[in-house]
Amino acid sequence: MKLGIFVNKETKAIVQGITGTQGSFHTKLMLEYGTKIVAGMTPGKGGTEVHGVPVYDTVEEAIKKHDANASIIFVPAPFAADAAFEVLEAQLKTIVIITEHIPVRDAIQVMNRARQQGAVIVGPNTPGIITTNECKLGIMPAHVFKRGVVGIASRSGTLTYEIATGLTVRGLGQSTCIGLGGDPIVGLSFVDVLREFERDEQTEAVALIGEIGGNFEELAAEFVSTEGYSKPVVAFVAGKTAPPGKRMGHAGAIIMGKTGTAKSKIEAFEKAGVKVAEKPSDVARLLAEELGRQRV
Amino acid sequence: MKLFEFEAKAIFKRYDIPTPSGGLATNPAEARDIAIKINTPVAVKAQVLVAGRARAGGILFANSPKEAEKATEKLLNMRIKGVKVQGVWVEEKVSAKKELYFSVTVDRSNRCYVAVASSEGGVEIEEVAAKTPEKIVKVLIDLVYGFRQYNARQVAKRLGYSGAQMLDLASILLKHYQLAVEQDAELAEMNPLIEKPDGKFVAADTRIIVDDNALYRHPEFRKRPFEEAELTPQELEAQKTGLAYVKLDGDIGIIGNGAGLVMATLDAIQLYGGSPADFLDVGGGASADMMSIALNIILSDPRVKVIFVNILGGITRCDEVANGILEARKRVGFTRPMVIRLVGTNEEEGRRILTDAGIHVLDSMEEAAKKTVEIAKARGE
Repeated sequence: MKLGIFVNKETKAIVQGITGTQGSFHTKLMLEYGTKIVAGMTPGKGGTEVHGVPVYDTVEEAIKKHDANASIIFVPAPFAADAAFEVLEAQLKTIVIITEHIPVRDAIQVMNRARQQGAVIVGPNTPGIITTNECKLGIMPAHVFKRGVVGIASRSGTLTYEIATGLTVRGLGQSTCIGLGGDPIVGLSFVDVLREFERDEQTEAVALIGEIGGNFEELAAEFVSTEGYSKPVVAFVAGKTAPPGKRMGHAGAIIMGKTGTAKSKIEAFEKAGVKVAEKPSDVARLLAEELGRQRV
Repeated sequence: MKLFEFEAKAIFKRYDIPTPSGGLATNPAEARDIAIKINTPVAVKAQVLVAGRARAGGILFANSPKEAEKATEKLLNMRIKGVKVQGVWVEEKVSAKKELYFSVTVDRSNRCYVAVASSEGGVEIEEVAAKTPEKIVKVLIDLVYGFRQYNARQVAKRLGYSGAQMLDLASILLKHYQLAVEQDAELAEMNPLIEKPDGKFVAADTRIIVDDNALYRHPEFRKRPFEEAELTPQELEAQKTGLAYVKLDGDIGIIGNGAGLVMATLDAIQLYGGSPADFLDVGGGASADMMSIALNIILSDPRVKVIFVNILGGITRCDEVANGILEARKRVGFTRPMVIRLVGTNEEEGRRILTDAGIHVLDSMEEAAKKTVEIAKARGE
């Protein structure tokens, strides 16, 4: 049985920007979690090693010598789009972009190319993706997650750890937890992830953690109400107190005029029959209720 | 980053898009000289970034250089939504046969640029979209192929123009698209784009918001006039130190790590009847340095009665965070009450360090929020 979505035991990843502080530190933590990191790359550092992982100058070279199907990018913002193009050209299909502050124009170009090649981009500006006990391709603290039944899609980092902890404490645990990313342009939407979780056998319920800005939450609500969804979905939306026109930390967390308010998102979810948690701790409680009811 | 009207106009002009002739004045005499040079009735427009400038009385009209001088004096003594006016843009008053709308912006859900046009300009485009959606023309743009000549002609046609006028308008729209992409604009807008009685077009008001993340490609925006007047002292300090900070109206200072968690913290404070004074994200690490900068910013706001620090240590260790908070407290030296919520790796050790120092630590974010609101209320009476 294939467990979780996008990444699992079969994921073999390269780390782009492996010799940087972040890249090297998190390569160690990912290896400790059991993630298969087969190679790293940093232009000019080819021939060295980081935590036992061989480093190459180009992705082409790394791919020739190692069998890889995913990449995680820690490259600084001005060079991150280039790193993404390089790995897209090598036909890798799952790419996690941790880098923050990538210009919108660059992100649009990357998403265009990824769409043409049928590649999945997680991020940018994301904590990454984790399929519990199988693969962690990201910077999230592993200890808050535990093998379980709830799939999480989120637009934030620490808030996700908060809610994931709640699920762990209640014994529900997680199947796959995926950070969509805090930028205005990101590769995956809630709808994309809902589709995947629908097909995933490990996932019994889904938590969507949204925030102000954009309309991914509204689109998810529309998807659930028009297409129907076989698994319980609970949502939380951060930013009820956010004033319009101000960026709340994330580049993508901004109310433009009247679009992107928490109110609009919460109303859309409620209209679609998706339960909305008032506080982060309510997410686990509501999911437990929903799952309990379903099991009866 | 929002550009001032005079900055945006200069860029539009550089792309050969017709704009009313005008100039920037920082005193009444300069305004008079500009008005003499323009030699027509003029509009005198306060250069501020806040929305709703016109409604707040920030645009005046003058029929003579003398009047322009007076209008400038009046505006320079004005505050618009709390912001002191530091300069005015004096420009030729343009009469309109018709007011149009055109913008190029980012379409988040389609992950592309989008051109938006309307025959109903001069008002808020969202109102037009809500009331008369049929009057909005939208073209999704594939960045690889761009917004092409035929796209521009099609838009001009749909706005009701044909023949030479259609071609004229289309060429303006094309240049506008080029401007938006090259300048890394999140939004480049002409509203209104005026059709003059003689049938020519002119971008009477323009707005550009540059993508903050692309500023490294645009060193020309590194140093800008008037900008500091738009920011509170706290916002200025946060900008200098690279912290994400937004000033709000309440009396409870908030510090947290991670944008989503801080937003959820503000929401929790409000849920329990409190009112947050700010949004402040110290980022993942929450080091002693960052904590003291953050505390300094919060404490420089005299309205703050109590501070709520909400840290979820992921990979960061809580004992380090706790020492950071103590170090920051020592450096800043403050007496206002503080509620701390601290969980994550090594949380017992972190809690012990803070408890020993006489700081109350909670492990539920919601209980901590409740407690903070209680303290704020008690101190308010």
